[in-house]
Amino acid sequence: MGSYRMDVLVCGGTGCQASNSIDVIETMSKEIKAAGLEKEINLVTTGCFGFCEQGPIVKIQPDNVFYVKVTPESAAVIVKEHFVKGRVVKELLYEEPKTRKKLEEQSDMPFYKKQERIALRNCGLIDPENINEYIAVDGYQALGKALSEMTPEQVIDEVKRSGLRGRGGGGFPTGTKWELTRMSKADRRFIICNADEGDPGAFMDRSILEGDPHSVLEAMAIAGYAIGADSGYIYIRAEYPLAINRLKIAVKQAYDMGLLGKNILGTDFSFDIHLKYGAGAFVCGEETALINSIEGGRGEPTVKPPFPAEVGLWKMPTNINNVETFANVCPILLRGADWFASIGTEKSKGTKVFALAGKVNNVGLVEVPMGTTLREIIFDLGGGIKNNRKFKAVQTGGPSGGCITEENLNIPIDYDSLTEIGSMMGSGGMIVMDEDDCMVNIAKFYLEFTVDEACGRCTACRVGNKRLHEILTKITEGKGTEEDLERLKDLSQIIKDSSLCGLGQTAPNPVLSTMKYFWHEYLAHVNDKYCPAGVCKALLKYHIIPEKCKGCTLCTKVCPKGIISGKLKEAHVINKEECIACGACEQVCKFGAITRM
Amino acid sequence: MAGIKSLDELKALRDKYKSSVEMRSSTDEENRVRIAVGMATCGIASGSRETINAIVDEVRAQGLNNVSVVQTGCLGYCYAEPVVEIRMPGKEPVLYGNVDSKRGREIVNKHIKNGEVITDLVIERSRC
Repeated sequence: MGSYRMDVLVCGGTGCQASNSIDVIETMSKEIKAAGLEKEINLVTTGCFGFCEQGPIVKIQPDNVFYVKVTPESAAVIVKEHFVKGRVVKELLYEEPKTRKKLEEQSDMPFYKKQERIALRNCGLIDPENINEYIAVDGYQALGKALSEMTPEQVIDEVKRSGLRGRGGGGFPTGTKWELTRMSKADRRFIICNADEGDPGAFMDRSILEGDPHSVLEAMAIAGYAIGADSGYIYIRAEYPLAINRLKIAVKQAYDMGLLGKNILGTDFSFDIHLKYGAGAFVCGEETALINSIEGGRGEPTVKPPFPAEVGLWKMPTNINNVETFANVCPILLRGADWFASIGTEKSKGTKVFALAGKVNNVGLVEVPMGTTLREIIFDLGGGIKNNRKFKAVQTGGPSGGCITEENLNIPIDYDSLTEIGSMMGSGGMIVMDEDDCMVNIAKFYLEFTVDEACGRCTACRVGNKRLHEILTKITEGKGTEEDLERLKDLSQIIKDSSLCGLGQTAPNPVLSTMKYFWHEYLAHVNDKYCPAGVCKALLKYHIIPEKCKGCTLCTKVCPKGIISGKLKEAHVINKEECIACGACEQVCKFGAITRM
Repeated sequence: MAGIKSLDELKALRDKYKSSVEMRSSTDEENRVRIAVGMATCGIASGSRETINAIVDEVRAQGLNNVSVVQTGCLGYCYAEPVVEIRMPGKEPVLYGNVDSKRGREIVNKHIKNGEVITDLVIERSRC
């Protein structure tokens, strides 16, 4: 290690890699060598910065300059201008859309201003494949502190007092879970890290594992010490190759350094970590199904109780926590329960990572204190709705959650407030919808997902959700009746009450919540055979407003069915019987004369 | 690599690597000392790269961890390059001229560490 005068942090997360950050790194490395700067400039591949919309991200320190959307070509310019001559490349700075001002520093960007990064603290800061950098930022100090200065009971007490709750969806108090597992009498106990992230749109667990894998390994070892377990499993889906690769490197490094394995840090405590790959079934995120899958059985849930804390992996007491939950543990031990409990709301402490997706300007990962409002997340951090459209709803909690409308945007969000308004925290997926989204169709989309992912074990979920999906399809095709709406409600309730596991119990939530907030849209579909958002093709018809039509004949030329008629300079007419609602005519009309009806 | 046998060994290792990631933190920006070295064509031609590397090296060697060493463009004092500007929190910036690597190290040791301004190297702004 020489003394570099500059650190160049390039995002190597999946999101930025997809927008070519690997080539950016290669070009930069080549150009740095060509300029003879390789001993002065330290090029580091980091984890995710969260601002995926603007990737690939390159951050320069100590200059504190944040470049966005860097291409291999512009990477070469950065080397020649910034690294050699000290001139900031203005074109590559982030431009604040409202003021059109170029912002140099990350902390000035609205996307980062309200964020408080605990779980994501090292993502974008350190090289996840270099354990020395993790050690440099206090890595494994929390484990060291726990092993040498605290009893297992004290560790549990600290986590309990912090108020940390499960970040995977349930929101169960983590310290209590540890205590219950510790109290179960048995010869062996196990730790499992649930990295089977399945909610559509959610990718915080992947980003943590890619950007800061050691923080999860360290927390698992701490949990092992607290509950009296000597080994742990990380159950991760095989669809996360980069996260798996970084985990493998991290596990090996930790063993080599003696931070995992026998007699950690010279104490009596030994802890092993194994990786177990899932095949990507959504239901395997459910604790009991996950355990079955690790044991080599089918990924099907079993009835609870008994809970895994009593009878878990290989019939032994097992503590299962989600990746993001583990990522919060080390800071709690190092900075204290009181510090953690000072952040957030009365019953939900700390921060939560949300994956912003859908019709929002700044797609990406944000970590905010509990109690931040949805309006702040969507309009301040998220930069508002794409193309200046109108906000309609936001779906939280993925296929298990529900939608939230304008009227509830100012509620400070935590586990309880979201449940109160008919949605849930879930793993933190947040899909924003605008006026062009049909809520019946959204409900159908989520049902399609849960029907596909149902394991088939219990009838309520296997058959019930299939029927729900069929009724929704019928409605979107314009064949629904008011009785169908009643049937949807009744059936949803039955499925919720009688399904075996969380997947089935929550699958009807998108239906119930869209019916609650957008009843008029359902009614329009069944009574008027009309889709207000203009999404359901079968209900969509186009119409030419005669007063606005100038008779330019452009629409007749693009109509694939050739069913628009009229003379030059006279109002045209669409033959509604034959119209396939492709929308081609609406797109070309220069006079706004063609509308959906 | 041999395993770490105790918490003290781990702490020693952390202190060893700490400087390698130190400059990445952008917190507490207003309380940091900022050393800016002129690295425009005039600066580079007069040897400012050697100067900046010597300053970075000295800052590390002295274990000063609240100091940022950055490049800057041409300040207009081309006759006095390499030019180095020191900004300490709550104080007027000080501008040094003709700073070679030896004087760069001297600035770190006297000015940054002990707060002594090396008057014979200072460029008087009013004179220009």
